[in-house]
Amino acid sequence: MDFGILLYVLSLLTVGGIYAIFALGLNVQWGFAGLFNVGIVGFAAVGAYTYALLTTAGSTYHLGGFGFPLPFGMLVAMITAAIVAGLIGLICIRLRSDYLAIATIGIAEIIKLIFKNETEITNGPRGINKIPRFWEHFSEERFYSSWPLSWFGTPEAWDAFFNSLPNWWWQPFFASTVLLIMYVIYRMLERARIAPWGRMMTAIRENEPAARASGKNVTARRIEAFVIGAAIMGLAGALFAQHLRLIEPTNTFDPAKVTFLVWVMLILGGSGNNRGAMLGAFLIWTIWSASELIITGAIDLLIDIFDGVDMGSLRTRAGFLRMMLIGLLLQVILQKFPRGILPEVRPASPKGIK
Amino acid sequence: MSKPILSLNSLRAGYGQTEILHDLSMFVQPNEIVAVIGPNGAGKSTAIKSVLGLLNISQGSVELHGEVITNTPAAKVVELGISYVPQNQNVFVNLSVKENLEMGAWTRPIGIPERLNDMYALFPDLAEKRNQTAGSLSGGQRQMVAMAKALMVDAKILLLDEPTAGLSPKYRSEIFETIQKIKNTGVPVLIVEQNAKQALAVSDRGYVLVDGANRHTGTGVDLLADREIARMFLGGGH
Amino acid sequence: MWNSFGFEFINFYFIPGLVLGCIYALGAIGITLTFSILRFANFAHGETMMTGAYLTWTVMAICSGVLGFAVHPLVAAVPATLLVVLLFLVTDRYFYKPFRQADTIKVVMASFGMMLIIRSAVQVIWGPNQLTFVPGIAKPNAYLKDWSGSIDFLLLIPNKHLFIFVGTIAFMMALSYLLNKTRIGKAMRAVSDSPDLAHVTGINVDQVIRATWIVGGACAMAAGVFLAMDIQMLETTMGFRMLLPMFAAAILGGIGKPYGAVLGGLVIGLAEELSAYPWIGDGPLLSPGYKTGVAFAIMVVMLIVRPQGLFKGRSF
Repeated sequence: MDFGILLYVLSLLTVGGIYAIFALGLNVQWGFAGLFNVGIVGFAAVGAYTYALLTTAGSTYHLGGFGFPLPFGMLVAMITAAIVAGLIGLICIRLRSDYLAIATIGIAEIIKLIFKNETEITNGPRGINKIPRFWEHFSEERFYSSWPLSWFGTPEAWDAFFNSLPNWWWQPFFASTVLLIMYVIYRMLERARIAPWGRMMTAIRENEPAARASGKNVTARRIEAFVIGAAIMGLAGALFAQHLRLIEPTNTFDPAKVTFLVWVMLILGGSGNNRGAMLGAFLIWTIWSASELIITGAIDLLIDIFDGVDMGSLRTRAGFLRMMLIGLLLQVILQKFPRGILPEVRPASPKGIK
Repeated sequence: MSKPILSLNSLRAGYGQTEILHDLSMFVQPNEIVAVIGPNGAGKSTAIKSVLGLLNISQGSVELHGEVITNTPAAKVVELGISYVPQNQNVFVNLSVKENLEMGAWTRPIGIPERLNDMYALFPDLAEKRNQTAGSLSGGQRQMVAMAKALMVDAKILLLDEPTAGLSPKYRSEIFETIQKIKNTGVPVLIVEQNAKQALAVSDRGYVLVDGANRHTGTGVDLLADREIARMFLGGGH
Repeated sequence: MWNSFGFEFINFYFIPGLVLGCIYALGAIGITLTFSILRFANFAHGETMMTGAYLTWTVMAICSGVLGFAVHPLVAAVPATLLVVLLFLVTDRYFYKPFRQADTIKVVMASFGMMLIIRSAVQVIWGPNQLTFVPGIAKPNAYLKDWSGSIDFLLLIPNKHLFIFVGTIAFMMALSYLLNKTRIGKAMRAVSDSPDLAHVTGINVDQVIRATWIVGGACAMAAGVFLAMDIQMLETTMGFRMLLPMFAAAILGGIGKPYGAVLGGLVIGLAEELSAYPWIGDGPLLSPGYKTGVAFAIMVVMLIVRPQGLFKGRSF
């Protein structure tokens, strides 16, 4: 029972951490640069698929078998997301907020369409599975049979070793990796915030005409923020793929689950605040996850009380009830706590006075 | 001095926390044209907007026929008979001239056809162009539409915010002529103008606003002749 | 000269494109009115369309189940419309009105949230599975088939499509009357031009906003029911799937221009269907999986090249 709780907490930290990374990425785009990106799920998909295609084993259904090291896969995921964002940014960055929202949501859908239709490469709607999970991947035959693990022992020895471990052995390592990545990104963004770059973003955000007049290339800075945020989201997407081990273009990347949740997290935590992004992520994820338990428990209780109720439909519908409640939560937050829990933290703009 | 139709009494007002009008008092009597002139940023437009409930009035009052209407919302103020022509965006550009006038009569929807004819009589140019979209007209014609639209409500008083801004001399004169015609139909006019000289020439009285307060007042003729004012405005035209 | 090209092209690509275009057009009208009068992109419009279709289905189900007689979708749509309009008005009052004077972002976020709330509510109430709206296969209208066959111009158009065409035209005529001949319609155009001026002219902007939601609701209903009639089923991704093409149609036509929205809708509907036609060679020009990309591509091009749209609406 204790173990169960420990594992549960670990999973909360892991997934919460992944969402925290998403939220940090969104904070760069929204908090720093005021870009209303409603296409988060698109960058997540780019990151996830890139990672999956580079690191999965060869398969008749999809591109694979490259045998790249996992960290390399994650790095390329970031780069690909950044490139996609750069292209989008060149076209769309000047759009006003509603229009940018429409454009980004459209782009995300197109990206998903591409992954769905290019079946040769991605296995289309059936998706890619057996995505190697960092740390856990060591226990897979194709990894311990090759370097570096093969230097330290024979495949048979490794096989025996991994069989002797409990099946959740990798969870603490994976969780720590996610949290470490999150922390590193957090520190880098904090440094960027107080650095001249961050101060310039503040100046642009507070008084764009003045910033332009003093010669700052507003468009370029915005594209930068967009690209950096997207790269972070791509990385989160790659981690997400590792967490799920199976991705497919439609249900995994449902804007309701990813884009929307991340926005709620950022707004609740406090947009414009990196710590707020992380706080919001863990908070909302915990609520989301716990609500599943509570609702499932409540349904089980109801089923016990009322015999003959159609269990299956009640459970699936309960899932949508959760989404509805989160939607209502967002409305409440927007109206009553628009600033979120933690306040916006802005460095003084370069001129000193607004 | 007859009882004023509109009076602003010791107004302190502004947007949010910023105060723009400091203890401003002025009034408009029946059958007169009153000009409000002054340098840029003096608060002339703000003074008009304070009547419309578009500002936060912290002290003082606005009265219409002696009744207090301070901070009354704009739609209600219009219903009470105060008509306002803003400086910019004063016509509905995608509606025809006729439709603009019809919209002007929103708070008094009865008897529109008669009033339309009255307007066409007062503004013959508009009668010709009644089905053209307001956006296709010249600046001067648009100003006419704006004024006619404002008059559609049986206005008790007309407030004009810089009606001749950006217009050619021909239209400027036409506008001032029209303002006199309006006064002669029994509607007093309060006009905020950058074009001080021409404005004072047609006005019965004037107020000179500086820094949100009233510095000078007097009849149009007296103010025109005043050397200090002439010095301040260097002729008052552009 | 009704050769095989003409027959196939008209009946299997052009007419379906027109049908889809009508549905997009009706949806886009609601969006363009909301965009221009209330000044925000209403992300919840698609879901509202869908709710209308589901409500119509429920009315039909109640009639045939409880009351024992079948009822045509367009008849069932009437009580459903009242509920949809009510939904719009309630949503506005509690979720959009608080942000009238605030940043656009807030109200867009709120509408994004509403999109999910409404979709989830539909999934909770009606379940996530597909529902049949109209069973059976729609056969081409016999009279039209015979008549067109006799003049060697064979048209195979099922009744449902004829209803959609006629319905769309009727709607447009009603809308045109409303906007050009009625007081409230002209006021809607006035507020669309300049809400500030409307305010100081004494126009009751709240009343205009309510009228906008009512008209928008009616349009959304029509679009939703027509869509359900066309694909003969209901499923919970219907609304979102339509959202992008409708936004694209509104932007293409010019925000605030209802006729533009209609034209935009028709163009996009046709473009989507015609993109699958084998213009060059044997295979479709664009793989059918990418159909929805067509609307999006058109939209992006418009936003870059001519953001005020074909009919010169606002580009904000």
